[in-house]
Amino acid sequence: MEFFQNLGASTRSSFTKLGRGSYFLVHLFAGISSVLVRPRLLLKQLHSVGVLSFLIISVSGLFVGMVLGLQGFYILSRFGAEETLGVMVAASLVRELGPVVTALLFAGRAGSALTAEIGLMKATEQLSGMEMMAIDPIKRIISPRFLAGFLSMPLLAALFSCIGVIGGQLVGTGLLGVDDGAYWSQMQANLDFQNDIVNGVIKSIIFGFVTTWIALFEGYDCIPTAEGVSRATTRTVVNSAFSILGLDFILTALMFGDN
Amino acid sequence: MPHNKTQDTLVGLFVASGIASLFFLGLHVSNLSSFSHGKTFEVTARFSNSGGLKVKSAVSAAGVKIGSVKSISFDPKTYESVVKMDIDAQYKTLPDDSSASVFTAGLLGEQYVSLDGGGSDDYLKNGSKIEITNSAIILEKALGQFLFKSAEEKKGSDDKKGSGKK
Repeated sequence: MEFFQNLGASTRSSFTKLGRGSYFLVHLFAGISSVLVRPRLLLKQLHSVGVLSFLIISVSGLFVGMVLGLQGFYILSRFGAEETLGVMVAASLVRELGPVVTALLFAGRAGSALTAEIGLMKATEQLSGMEMMAIDPIKRIISPRFLAGFLSMPLLAALFSCIGVIGGQLVGTGLLGVDDGAYWSQMQANLDFQNDIVNGVIKSIIFGFVTTWIALFEGYDCIPTAEGVSRATTRTVVNSAFSILGLDFILTALMFGDN
Repeated sequence: MPHNKTQDTLVGLFVASGIASLFFLGLHVSNLSSFSHGKTFEVTARFSNSGGLKVKSAVSAAGVKIGSVKSISFDPKTYESVVKMDIDAQYKTLPDDSSASVFTAGLLGEQYVSLDGGGSDDYLKNGSKIEITNSAIILEKALGQFLFKSAEEKKGSDDKKGSGKK
């Protein structure tokens, strides 16, 4: 009997949480207009969310590209198709790894920081303090952070893919002896702007939206204690990773399923 | 406020590098620039088999890419494959009796349409049809024919041997 009780309780609480999250999102959108009036708030968040993630994204991109170059060469050389290394590296980066790995790193680097920051603000009653001074904390704190995350993700994903392609080229042409011209020309002949790159960018925009939303909501919704903040931070990373990977499957099926 | 200024610069650099990498992806990785600007004209060719030809496959003359395949459809009346090709407008001096063949680049490579110039004084223009076409070589068919032929030859030589003994 108790099992069913627990099942009912957890279902109900997860639905109410989803409801709170959606309400939070609507509230947050309403606050975006006030961010546009004060761009300085956005700029500060772009710095902490975007610029400070720059290094980890570019270094990971370089190494992912180099590993793809090595692994791809190993497989492709069995079939005598080393020249298509560029296609393989670029297609896997632009379509999948760029958006997905960037979003996972972004959730770990920027998302957890956002949750911890907002959770701590809540725990130390800074958010309530703002409300006491008739300042809407969602407008002042949440919306700029959301906009910053939403704008940074596609830029970081593009950067990741770009550096990855160059990393693959470094390993492929420098170390393994693939022809430099073939690397680029095969890539250009086989990758499509609309199909590959635009779809990759759409993916990264959606991931940025979801990750930032989860991170902000978990922070805003956390239990205002030290333990509550730490749990909320963990949930941010776990839930972001789940939703990124799940959404990635759905998006890939929608975008590339027909060919 | 000096701190704010460095922050501004860093954010500016970040946004600029993000947009630059988007441009890099567009121009250098997918080669967006090459066929989007020029004007093209359309020619049609009918093949009895267009093999693994795909939309956006290359159309080349003498090994140089001059256009791309626009659409491939099946004609249910003549059982032929109708291939429409966009050819760059600067190559408007191709003779109208040129022949089109489907070739494969390398053993495992992509298939492409190759145009070989004829001797006519009239040129291909928008909407014209290429009359002389060579279909794609299907590897299985060619292998099958080869095996069949060699088996036949062997049989023939066996018969000869047999008759010689008699």
